Parts: sequence; C-alpha cells; structure tokens
Amino acid sequence: MASFSQFGNDLYTGKRSIDFVGRRKIWFTIAIVMVAAAIIVPFLRGGFVFGIEFSGGSEFTVSGPATQADGTIDQSLASDAVTSVLPTATPKISIVNSGSAVRVQTDLLQNSELTEIRDALAKAYDVSADEVTTSFIGATWGADITRQALTALVVFILLAAIVMALYFRTWKMSVAALIALFHDLVITAGVYGILGFEVTPAAVIGFLTILGYSLYDTVVVFDKIRENTVEGTSRTFGESVNLAVNQTLVRSINTSVVALLPIGSILFIGAFVLGAGTLRDISLALFIGVLVGTYSTIFIAAPLYATFRQGETIVRDSDKKKTAAVTRATSGAVR
Amino acid sequence: MNALIGLGVIALLLAGANFAQVLFNGGSWVPKLALDLEGGTQIILAPKLESGETVTADQLDQAVAIIRQRIDASGVSEAEINTQGSQNIVVSIPGRPDDETLKRIESSAKLEFRPVIYASAPATSSVGDGTTDGSSATPTPTPTVDPGLSTTPTAKPTDASDLNWATPALQAEYNDFDCSSLDTLQTNVAPAAEPLITCNDAGTEKYILGPVEISGEQIADATSGTVTNSQGVSTGQWAVNIVFDGDGTTKFGEVTKRLFAYLTTDPTRNRFAIVLDGKVISAPTTQAAILDGKPQISGSFTQDSAKTLADQLKFGALPLSFEVQSNDTISATLGSSQLVSGLLAGLIGLILVVIYSLLQYRTLGFVTIASLVVAAAITYLLVLFMGFRLSLAGVAGLIVAIGITADSFIVYFERIRDELRDGRGLESAVEAGWKRAIRTILASDAINFLAAGILFALAVGNVKGFALTLGVTTVVDIIVVALFTHPILQLLARTKFFGEGHPLSGLDAKALGAVYRGRAQFRAPVNVPATKQATSSREAAKRQTIAERKAAEAEAARTKGKDS
Repeated sequence: MASFSQFGNDLYTGKRSIDFVGRRKIWFTIAIVMVAAAIIVPFLRGGFVFGIEFSGGSEFTVSGPATQADGTIDQSLASDAVTSVLPTATPKISIVNSGSAVRVQTDLLQNSELTEIRDALAKAYDVSADEVTTSFIGATWGADITRQALTALVVFILLAAIVMALYFRTWKMSVAALIALFHDLVITAGVYGILGFEVTPAAVIGFLTILGYSLYDTVVVFDKIRENTVEGTSRTFGESVNLAVNQTLVRSINTSVVALLPIGSILFIGAFVLGAGTLRDISLALFIGVLVGTYSTIFIAAPLYATFRQGETIVRDSDKKKTAAVTRATSGAVR
Repeated sequence: MNALIGLGVIALLLAGANFAQVLFNGGSWVPKLALDLEGGTQIILAPKLESGETVTADQLDQAVAIIRQRIDASGVSEAEINTQGSQNIVVSIPGRPDDETLKRIESSAKLEFRPVIYASAPATSSVGDGTTDGSSATPTPTPTVDPGLSTTPTAKPTDASDLNWATPALQAEYNDFDCSSLDTLQTNVAPAAEPLITCNDAGTEKYILGPVEISGEQIADATSGTVTNSQGVSTGQWAVNIVFDGDGTTKFGEVTKRLFAYLTTDPTRNRFAIVLDGKVISAPTTQAAILDGKPQISGSFTQDSAKTLADQLKFGALPLSFEVQSNDTISATLGSSQLVSGLLAGLIGLILVVIYSLLQYRTLGFVTIASLVVAAAITYLLVLFMGFRLSLAGVAGLIVAIGITADSFIVYFERIRDELRDGRGLESAVEAGWKRAIRTILASDAINFLAAGILFALAVGNVKGFALTLGVTTVVDIIVVALFTHPILQLLARTKFFGEGHPLSGLDAKALGAVYRGRAQFRAPVNVPATKQATSSREAAKRQTIAERKAAEAEAARTKGKDS
C-alpha cells in the first residue's frame, strides 16, 4: 500500500499526472459510443421488460390449500408449480387470510398458460381446479407514480443546476455535471436493458439513488477544481482542472471501492445465491451506476468543464500568457 | 469535545424517545417491516354501483391515484394499491388498519356547497314517542311520494336559494324523509343542478338544499387546524381550512354576498350547507361575505377526522364510492431467508469496507470504522424513531448508504493528507483540512438533500419512501462527520502516535512526501507554506477592488521575475 500512498503523493504534487483533460477527445468518443450503445442495443433486444408492478399481471387464488404437518402452508410449492410451467417466471406468493388461501401473482399470461398453472397449483396444494380462481391485476406502480416521479425529477434537475451554478458561480459547471449525469443514467438503464432483466420498483429505486450519487460525486471533484482554478496560478486553465482531478483521484478510487464493496456483495448474493429479486435488481442498478458515476466525473464532467471554459476569451488570453511564460522560463531566457 | 457531547445527547435523546415508545406506545427496538417482508392487510374495495352502472378503466385509475395520495398522507409507507379484475381496487398495507384508515380509504369525499332552503328538526320517532313506528325500525330507502304532486317549479328559480326549488312533490318527500335512512342508503346524491333533501351528520336537522353552488373540485388546498377566536387564541375545536382556487373564490364570494343579504330577513336561507357524500357536515350562518376564498369548516371534528377530511379534500373526491368487500391478512411475499441473505451480504460488504479502510488508512481506518458504526447506530435509532417500515429494498438502500457515507470521511482524510504534504503539522493540518472538507461535504450533501426534499414533496408511493430514506442518511452523514469524526481526529492529533506521524498512523508526513525542512522538523504550523499563502491570497484576491487587484498583480509579476 506504500506504493498507493506514493501514487497519491505524486498525483498531489503533479510529479505524476494522468492527462484527463488533454486526451478528452478519446473520452468523449468513448462516452458517445457507450451512450449510443446503451440506447440502441436494448431497443434491438425489443425494449425494456417491465415487471408485474408496472404492467400488471395475472393472479391466482388457491382456496383451502393443503397444509404441512405443522399446519403452515409451504409457499415454495406454489413457486415450483409456476416455474414448472414457466421456468423463467418469478412469482410473488403470499398467504391470505391466515392460511385459508394462497395468492400467486405472475406476469400477464396467455390463456393456455393460465390453465396449465392453475392445474399445477391445484395439484400442488391438493385441491380441485375449481378452487383456484384467476383474475387480472393492475399495476401497483401505476402511471400516477411514474408521472409524479418524472415531475419531481425535472424539478430536481432544474433546482440542482441552479444550486450548483450559484455555489460554483458558473453555470458551466452545472451543464458539465448534468451532461455527466445524463451519461450515467442512460448507461445504467442501458446495461439493465442489455442484460434483459425485468425493470422492477427496486431497480427504479436504485436508479434514483444513482441520480443523487452521480451529481454528489461530481460536486466533490468540482469543489477541488474551484479551489485550484481561482486566479493567480501559473498553470493554464486546463492544467489546473487536470491537477484537481489528479489530486482527488485517490479519493475517487477509495470512495468508489468503499461504496462498491457492500453493493458488490449484495449483488453477488442477490444474483448468484437468491436469483432474480429485489436484492439483485437494486444492487445491479447501484453497482453500474456507482462505477459509471465515478468514471464520468473524471473522464467527462471535468474535461467538459475545461472545454467550456477554454472557449472564454479571458481564460484563453491568460492561458496564452502562461504558456508563453512557461516557454520563456524553461528556455532560461528570463534570469 | 463539545461536539462529542452533543452527539451523545442526540443519540441519548433518540434512544430515550424510543424507550418511551417501547414503554408506553407498544414500540419496539426492532424496526417494523414492510409488506414484502412482514405481510399486512389486504383490503379489497368494490365500487358501489347503481344497477346498470359500469366502471370505466379511467375512473378506476383515477380512484387508485387518489387513494394512494390519501394513504401517503396518512403516513403509511410502502402501501401497494392496484386494480383487480375490471372493477375492484386492492389496497395492501402493512399492519392492521383502524376504522379511521378504512374510512379514509373508502369514502368518496364528494364535497358540495349548497344553500339551505328549508331546515327543521326531523320528525321521526324520538324519545317519548310511544308508538311503534314501522318506518324507524325498517327505514324505507326511497320515500314514496304522491305522484300527483307537481314536480316542476311554478316559476323558474332565479338563484340557488330561490324558494321555488321546493316544489310540492319535493316538500312531500322532505316531510317523509327519514334521517336514519341516510346510513342505509348507498349514496344520497342528487344531480348538481337539482335540490337535495338530506340531514346533518348527527341526524338532528333535516334540510332542503338548493343546487350545488361550489363543488370540491374548486378546492386548491385544505388543511386541518384548531379554530382561533378573535384574540387569536386557539379554542381547541378542530376545523378544516379550505382554500378555493380562483374560480371557486369568485363564486364563493358571490354566494356569501347573496346569503349575507338574508341575515336579518330570513335566518334559514342565510345558511349554507357543506355536504360531504350526501350528508351535511356543517350548515353555518353567513355572517359576512367571504371574498378571500378561504372558508373554515367547523363541525364535530376530532383531530383525526379533521385531518382525514382535509387530506380527502386536498386530493379530490373519488369518482365513485367504494365499500370494503374483504379485509384479510396477507403474508409476506418474500421469505425471511431473503432478509437474512440481504443482511448477511451487507455484513460481508461492510467487513470488506473495514479491511480496505485499514489497508488504506492504517490506524486511521479505525476512525472510519468507528464513524460508520456511529452512523449505523444513529440511522437505526432514527428508523425506529420515525417509525419507518423497512422493505427489502429499503434495507439494501440503508446498507449501501452507509457505504456511501464513508465518502465524507475519505474526503476529509484526503484533505488532511494534502495539508500534511504541504508541510503542516498534524494539528493544524486537521483544522485546515477540516475547513476545506466540510465545505465540500456540505455542498455535495446539499445536492442529495435537494433530491430527497423534492422527491418527498412531489413524488408518491415507493418513491416518497425512498426520498425519506435518502434524506435521513444524508443528515446522519453530516451529523457523524461533524460531531464524531472531526472531534475524534482533533483528539487523536494531540496523541504522540498520530502527532509524530507514526508509520502506522496513516498520517505519516514523511510517507506522504511532505517537504522536509532539514532542521529535524517540519515547518511549524504558524509558518504557512508558500502554496498555502498563495491560496489564501487568492481567496482574498476575489474580494479585492479592481485597483487593489491590479496593484497585487503588478507586485506578483515583480516577485515572480525575481524568483526565476
């Protein structure tokens, strides 16, 4: 680890420097390609698959199910019955009315599947098929929740842009941060779509967390950039931004590792031990989001900001002078 | 040191508040769980329909949206509401709902303002009436009216208070009307343009009311509060305060102006009735024309019923009335194994965080761990205190949030290391690093808090629950870093181990490449290094006048020339 702290020292003094700002064309190209892929590929796969909470589905109610020896009802019987017909299904099962019925909810089914699952459930719980009723259920995550959430999102983004512009005293940081945010959200959603996982409320909650995290991470790094780019430095604007990113690089790495460790272990257990479900959905969205959110601050938000500012006449003129001064100093002409 | 005491006080207060809950209100030291982990109650609502009436999908969706807002407003989090079949609504909420909650969900809350045309005490079998009156034992829902009586007004009524509304047929119906039938009637609704016969909530007064003048749709906002007298002192009586929208305000002004004219001439028609779901909840006299559109409804409200009505009015009336068809317990959809797995995964993740912190920050890593433990404890207490119901997603969110909280410590430690690299002594590096770090932490947490606040205010359902969690963890982050991590570091900086930068302290100035001054010591803290001076002068430069700045630039140019 000594080498890691040495690495941090070198980044701080500028002895070692990774040229994030200078090579921005590479990063921007990568970003555009990734965003495009994140939009196009899910569409080629047939769009997003929405879970029962969004699209509604079918519901079975088994009345008077057979109980186990201890008088309880085995919920896994229902799960097995459904997966025997539809191997990929993840039914929601609950016991209703203190054990007098089992409720099973699945994605919207074809009539033939409905009959098959009804028979399988009747067999599993040792009741006649008449005791299993079916019905359609609407979305628990209704259009009203989505609409209100989107309204809130738009208001948040506008206010966040204003708050950042006021705090940093430049709207250009807001724009750079929002572009990075857009990048993060599109890619997180894109990976979700590419993997073909069902979009569930847990995934949406993860997605909203990323919304906050992406901007949060950008603000931390931008605050260092703000400190480094106040007037009176001998570096050009781009160099100051780059130094700030390098000086906060150790923090960026440490933070993302520390954030990713718990998310990663929940994802691992969620995906490989439990299979599809709440834990996998939320941790996957978070895992991708934290990775991309940290990456985009360094490789997109900061270089973008430098690009925006370099267009300004004042910055350009002062950069020219400083470059000239550096050339003179290194040539030893002024002594 | 004061900060640590402050933190202890906060923790003790939270723990004490919860202890009180456990003792007196059936609280618990374990957080309540949401529907997916613990189950709850499944209420199936069926619409009350006249024969031949059908429900459209739009009406059902609208009803779901309104019921969701009502439940959100009652503070029940993580409820699930959806449609079932073509006309039922299923509401699943954790725990067992009380009657007030059921009423809040199912009643339509259709509010109408109608002027009073006739009012009298109801002539039903009452105390002292020895005769066995058949109609009171089995109230007839629809009083029979002599079909020969005229049902059309003799003259076209000019306004809603016109006595011509009371046709002979209506008067006959009024005389036959039995207030107790209101409870058995499914709905007591007359078309908005027609007069209505009804009674008040308690069944002590019977009315003929004119057509609807203003309806609930014109309410912009409604709140509950206590009535204050003219001295501004609360009378302790609960009331619902209404704010009309622009149109409603104008109409209400016109109506009250007209009714006010009856103040001395006709005390009955001076009154207007506030009708909720067909029953008069209040029929006050009009003492003045109300032009600001902010009437107050007082009646026989309790604090709960006033809040329920205010919420119902705010979110609008249901397009239909519903009744509870079944009210059953429902088990968790996720087995307890899911929660255990989630907690186990979180624990493994946090152990990994501990290992990583120790590798990265050596002994300082223990400060991170202690801070995380404190953050976890305060979050836990807050979850208990605020009565959150934790869903599996919520548990995962909290675990992850604790990981992200660690960022504040990392930002802070890195700033201290930066100051050490600039050659400061540890105690001064801690102070200087803190000044910069807290700025960054507050700015970045402000963004998270903004997200939490806006989502909480505007969103509904699960998103609202998420916003609350985000807000709580953000506040905990700031509390812990300011009241725990920073004071602990101030204390540690005075110890020999940290102060002299032991290689295992994680704050070893030499390992951090601090500039060695060659006098067997680093530059004294008072002797601020050049780079620091530059930064502070830069800060100062921002506040200079133009003339000052120019002078300073000239000076800087001269010294720079000398240096090189």
